[in-house]
Amino acid sequence: MTQDAYIYDAIRSPRGKGRKDGSLHQVTALDLSSEMLNTIKDRNDLDATQVEDVIWGNVTQVGEQGACLARSAVLNSDLGEQLPGISINRFCASGLEAVNLGAAQVKAGVGSAYISGGVEMMGRVPMGSDGGAIAADPTLAMKSYFVPQGISADIIATEYGFTRDECDAYAVESQRRAAKAWDENRFERSIAPVKDRNGLTILDHDEYLRRGTDMQSLGALKPAFKEQGEVMPGFDAVALLKYPHLERINHVHHAGNSSGIVDGSAAVLIGSKEFGERNGLTPRARIKSMAKIGTDPTINLTGPVPVTEKILRENGMEIGDIDLFEVNEAFAAVVLRFMQAFDVDHEKVNLNGGAIAMGHPLGATGAMLISHLLDEMERADKETGLATLCVAAGMGSATILERV
Amino acid sequence: MAEFHLNVDEDGIAIITWDVAEKAMNVMSSQGFVELDAHIDTVLGDDNIKGAVITSAKPDFAGGMDLNELGAARVSAGENPAQGIFDNVMHGHRILRKIERGGMDPKTLKGGKPIAAALPGTAAGIGIEVALACHRVFVSDRPGPKFGLPEILVGIFPGGGGTVRMLHKVGMANAMQLLSQGKMLSADKAAKAGYLDEVVPADDLISRAKDWVRGASDADIVKPWDKKGFKLPGGHAYHPAGMMNYVGAAAMLHGQTKGAYPAPKALLAVMYEASLVPFDVALEIEARWMTSVMMDPSSAAMIKSLFINKQALEKGANRPAGVPDMRVQKLGVLGAGLMGAGIAHVSAKAGIEVVLIDQSQEAVDKGKAYSETILDKAIARGRSTAEKKAAVLDRITATTDYAALKGCDLVVEAVFEDVGVKAEVNKLAEAQLGEGAIFATNTSTLPITDLAKASCDAGRFIGIHFFSPVEKMALVEIIKGRDTGDEAVAKALDFVRQIRKTPIVVNDARFFYANRCIVPYMNEGLRMLCEGVNPALIENAAKQMGMPLGPLQLGDETAIDLAYRIGKATRAAMGDAYQSTGTEEVVEYLYEAGRYGKKTKAGYYDYDEAGKRRGIWPGLAEKFPRAEDQPDVQEVMDRLALSQSFEAVRALEDDVLLDIREGDVGAILGWGFMPWSGGPFSYLDILGAGKAVRLGEELALKHGATFEPPKLLRDIAAAGEGFYARFGSQSKAAA
Repeated sequence: MTQDAYIYDAIRSPRGKGRKDGSLHQVTALDLSSEMLNTIKDRNDLDATQVEDVIWGNVTQVGEQGACLARSAVLNSDLGEQLPGISINRFCASGLEAVNLGAAQVKAGVGSAYISGGVEMMGRVPMGSDGGAIAADPTLAMKSYFVPQGISADIIATEYGFTRDECDAYAVESQRRAAKAWDENRFERSIAPVKDRNGLTILDHDEYLRRGTDMQSLGALKPAFKEQGEVMPGFDAVALLKYPHLERINHVHHAGNSSGIVDGSAAVLIGSKEFGERNGLTPRARIKSMAKIGTDPTINLTGPVPVTEKILRENGMEIGDIDLFEVNEAFAAVVLRFMQAFDVDHEKVNLNGGAIAMGHPLGATGAMLISHLLDEMERADKETGLATLCVAAGMGSATILERV
Repeated sequence: MAEFHLNVDEDGIAIITWDVAEKAMNVMSSQGFVELDAHIDTVLGDDNIKGAVITSAKPDFAGGMDLNELGAARVSAGENPAQGIFDNVMHGHRILRKIERGGMDPKTLKGGKPIAAALPGTAAGIGIEVALACHRVFVSDRPGPKFGLPEILVGIFPGGGGTVRMLHKVGMANAMQLLSQGKMLSADKAAKAGYLDEVVPADDLISRAKDWVRGASDADIVKPWDKKGFKLPGGHAYHPAGMMNYVGAAAMLHGQTKGAYPAPKALLAVMYEASLVPFDVALEIEARWMTSVMMDPSSAAMIKSLFINKQALEKGANRPAGVPDMRVQKLGVLGAGLMGAGIAHVSAKAGIEVVLIDQSQEAVDKGKAYSETILDKAIARGRSTAEKKAAVLDRITATTDYAALKGCDLVVEAVFEDVGVKAEVNKLAEAQLGEGAIFATNTSTLPITDLAKASCDAGRFIGIHFFSPVEKMALVEIIKGRDTGDEAVAKALDFVRQIRKTPIVVNDARFFYANRCIVPYMNEGLRMLCEGVNPALIENAAKQMGMPLGPLQLGDETAIDLAYRIGKATRAAMGDAYQSTGTEEVVEYLYEAGRYGKKTKAGYYDYDEAGKRRGIWPGLAEKFPRAEDQPDVQEVMDRLALSQSFEAVRALEDDVLLDIREGDVGAILGWGFMPWSGGPFSYLDILGAGKAVRLGEELALKHGATFEPPKLLRDIAAAGEGFYARFGSQSKAAA
């Protein structure tokens, strides 16, 4: 028996700068997560006993984010101990993968509703602090030609011919779109301001945003990965072993055209048609299809292209059948490559800005893309949207939404 | 017992003396391990013995494992070689660990017996690993000896506990620095590096070690890693301070070795895995990786070529029998250019009296100054002294007077590559030489038999081909002309041995051996360029397969005008027999553009003002537009590897090369042929003759006769053999 999976709600926290002086630096990963769960419950007047599981994307699962944060968040929330929780990690797509896994189980008839989402407090639990054999175990690092993601992004730019100016121009546009979206309250339906235990607001907007970013201000930034690529420890030499037709790696990425390090969380309520009817909830969209792939771990971040090809193929669709795209702005070249590969107009992609402007809270971003996509599909009255992310170690995830 | 001897003195201190019979330097064998084990058992089991000092009866401590035994390990390990090798390595670990524990109670860490090492001189490989297992290492302050773990240089890594012990002593970053380069260090530097503890006056070596043993307490003999709460220096692989070091080390190693060598990978893998577990588990991990490296054909080939066969050639494996000692007393060098000056320098440095001759005093003074520059650099680096410099320079007489050649027993002519000029100086020199003297010409291209015509005695005329720069390049190619006699060959070999280089002896034919093989390599690169293959792919593929320089960079280094002139001369000399290499066009294009290579800061590459390569010259893409379909990197590598390797086989077929050992050693030392492979013949053996034939046939269809498998290779493939299986370790002439 298969049935359709619907999205009944999608919320996200504002993104705080992932630094000691970031507004969310005082908030624990636990509190932010349970606040998201409570918000979903409150906004939908949800009977949590009807929820099968909480699937929580989270990349750096150590310290306060360790020991299955999903279950801790449930216990810390008002949803009750009968609700279990599972933390998952597909790196940057964890939040989307949480949605996909929830949807897959609804479709399969394993439970009728899920809360899927994720969290990452990058300022509190530093990226990479969970170790990882792929980078540190020399046997695998050499077998897989490991290079850090910044180098991978620069390989994309070199391989597919994106100049520094093109990457910077993309970043300027992301900032402009995000600022405009905030000015026009386009995120209003999704944003759940972060409050303290007294109900006082800690953060109600994406504070990473830099209004007025232009080519000149970005032009002043030095390439961030040149030193580790060319000098110490010399990742470019590893990259050239994998890409021997390149003479050198063109280092074009920097803090201004790469995704921002931020704190944030997001949650999506997914359920069957019957679940909605039973609870008097109106579905916002149908989760039409989900896909994931594995690809070259060295260039690493090109996954959105093959995973999109796969999901379109599996649904008998063409790229033109998609009205709106959310392609995670891990690095400018990632999105530029996506648009180049499918010859997709920038006017269909990331219409309200993305992670370059607002930040990329690793485990949460995938679920945030769902809310971005839904908001814009509703605002612009579009039928079909696709969200996709590049994923560390050469993976990619994608989801297609259809309005109902 | 024949390798280790035990004596107990009146104080109850055992002296275990390493003294392998009939060897100048101790090496560890399986027999040695058994003996050492038995003595340690005696020391630990006899209540009258308080402790021990392990030392050597020879001037040095030990040179390492018996690499002949190691090289044969796969064969001698029995039906399941991996199990056999692993068991052997673990056997060694247990003995060294027994020394390290000294019989103490592993819980209370009390009751052990102190065991010190006293190294009178050089200790390498297992020599250092035995010392590292001891509780304290004393070393004589005698100048000269070197200490370290150089295993990586012959294709393995320290597998006698050296990797794990150095990791635990100094941390991964420091240990990698030492072990991945394999440098041997002076006593002081070795002590700082963590190999040794105390440098003491040579005469007090044993007494100081005994004093220490006498006074050592229970706490003195417990290694830090056997104490509770031990923290690995620099942190383990997932320690916040350690992790980025491991990530960086893997990338650095990968970039430097191109992933072509099994041993450096294993070395770092051991450090990573060992950093995460207790010491005894770490030793077992080391043994498992050691086994995998020993089972790898690359390591076996490297040991064979870079150690066993290289040493055999240096010791005169192909020296004519029965010719008495022909060591050079007084050397004449004709021509004080770069080659002549270099030859004069290395000879004077080896203690030979040198007369350096050129047309003008200015030229010879400049030649001698070359030596001075090198020596000044060595002094600045602390590798030489003002006295040594003066002694070397004193041995070089720089003059324009041929009469100064009187008394020379060898003359090496290194003038301009021109038959006429060479003949002229030959005559001038021979007029001054006594009857027994040998005349050698340093040439890379001119046939020796032709040059010998200018000599009054072709039997005493020989080619000695030095590589540039002479003071750095280890290979010397000795070329026999048609009439060259045994004494001339012996003389050349004895001379090469004096200047501590590695000789190969080949017969006279165009380009001899080294250049004969390197030219097809460069040409193949240029042919691909002409076909529209992306030059970056050509260069990167070459480096990826383990060549030091891509063919285009090599072209720039060796000079394009020279290639142009040699090409022209070759065409002229061969006349109708000349077959186009398909590369004349590109060489001409560069030559006519005045791009002569690195020296003109313009060649296949662009250079900056300082002569640093900036990138491939865009002009190449204009003349040779990039083809739509680019080959797979593997095909580029196959073309570059087989073009050289097949030529080496043809040199063997043609009797230019007489000994595959020389072919392999000469290729690695002469032009840096993929050292991981052990040389072209070892490479073809690793690839498998049958596969090499098939690959050649495929490439021949697409890329021409260069890849037509040589008949000898076909024969060997048909017989299901390999080159070493057929020729073994002997000259083809003798086979």
